[in-house]
Amino acid sequence: MSQSLASHAPNSTTLPGAIPLGAVAPWAIFGLLLSLVLIYFVGAEQGATSLISGHMVHEFVHDGRHLMGFPCH
Amino acid sequence: MTGRLLARGLIAGLVAACLAFLFGRLFGEPSIAHAISFEEARDALAGEPPEPELVSRTVQSTWGLLTAIVMLGAAYGGLFSLGFSLAYGRIARLTPRATALLVAAIGFVVLVLVPDLKYPPNPPAVGNPDTIGLRTEVYFEIILISICCAVIACLASRPLIQKLGTWNGTIIAGVLFIALVSGMQFTLPDISEVPDTFPATVLWRFREASIGTQMLLWSSMALIFGPMAEKVLCAPQRSSSHARTLG
Repeated sequence: MSQSLASHAPNSTTLPGAIPLGAVAPWAIFGLLLSLVLIYFVGAEQGATSLISGHMVHEFVHDGRHLMGFPCH
Repeated sequence: MTGRLLARGLIAGLVAACLAFLFGRLFGEPSIAHAISFEEARDALAGEPPEPELVSRTVQSTWGLLTAIVMLGAAYGGLFSLGFSLAYGRIARLTPRATALLVAAIGFVVLVLVPDLKYPPNPPAVGNPDTIGLRTEVYFEIILISICCAVIACLASRPLIQKLGTWNGTIIAGVLFIALVSGMQFTLPDISEVPDTFPATVLWRFREASIGTQMLLWSSMALIFGPMAEKVLCAPQRSSSHARTLG
């Protein structure tokens, strides 16, 4: 069935279907973690909470944090 | 499939971030510079010593700004490509390019516009350092509320569209999202810490530039990602037709 769909493509304008949820899930976890870490360091580190001591991270991304709408100082 | 889309989302986010950086550097930095002079003048009047400069203003407004926007661009690009992977073929029968635009528009409203309406972006000198804990907390809470309301509206949209048709069902789902967000935002406190003497035009210009930078980031991300996603999703069809023409 799937073979005949793939080889003949009865309607050439048919778009490929949705990606199964099970195939998205592992990548979703990986991408979500990666994105949250990045957002945390630009948006909140050395402001409300601090993993690295000092103010260097906050000072370096200072303008971006303001301009991208995150709370600062 | 999702992995390849995720990689393209990251690339689209990085390229879009470079454009957003140029926009922010041109239109955002002047207001930030004004706000910092205001802050310095206010501190000098109060007789406070100037704050030590750990990172020079030049570095903050160039490499610092670029780094921050590029990191966020990659993050939003990743989230956007995952949203795309889930939405494609489910939200509507749209082409990959049109799906990309729709997902980015929803992402912009949910992750940028709604949080910014409740807690507008502020330039330096606006904001009490003592309340940074509360402000950070409620900012991420409004984002979470916005995401939850969007998920509810998306789930409700399917039966609504089946009952009322695409046009009316979509409108009702949109109204549902607005109603939910408008109601839920009352559970969070309002914060207004703009100093009385802070120039209104600087505040307005800064907020315009902030929303503009983010709008440019999301829209260009979608336009860059769309054709790349189309290549990934339609690749098997293309290669088979290619083989057939060769054969």
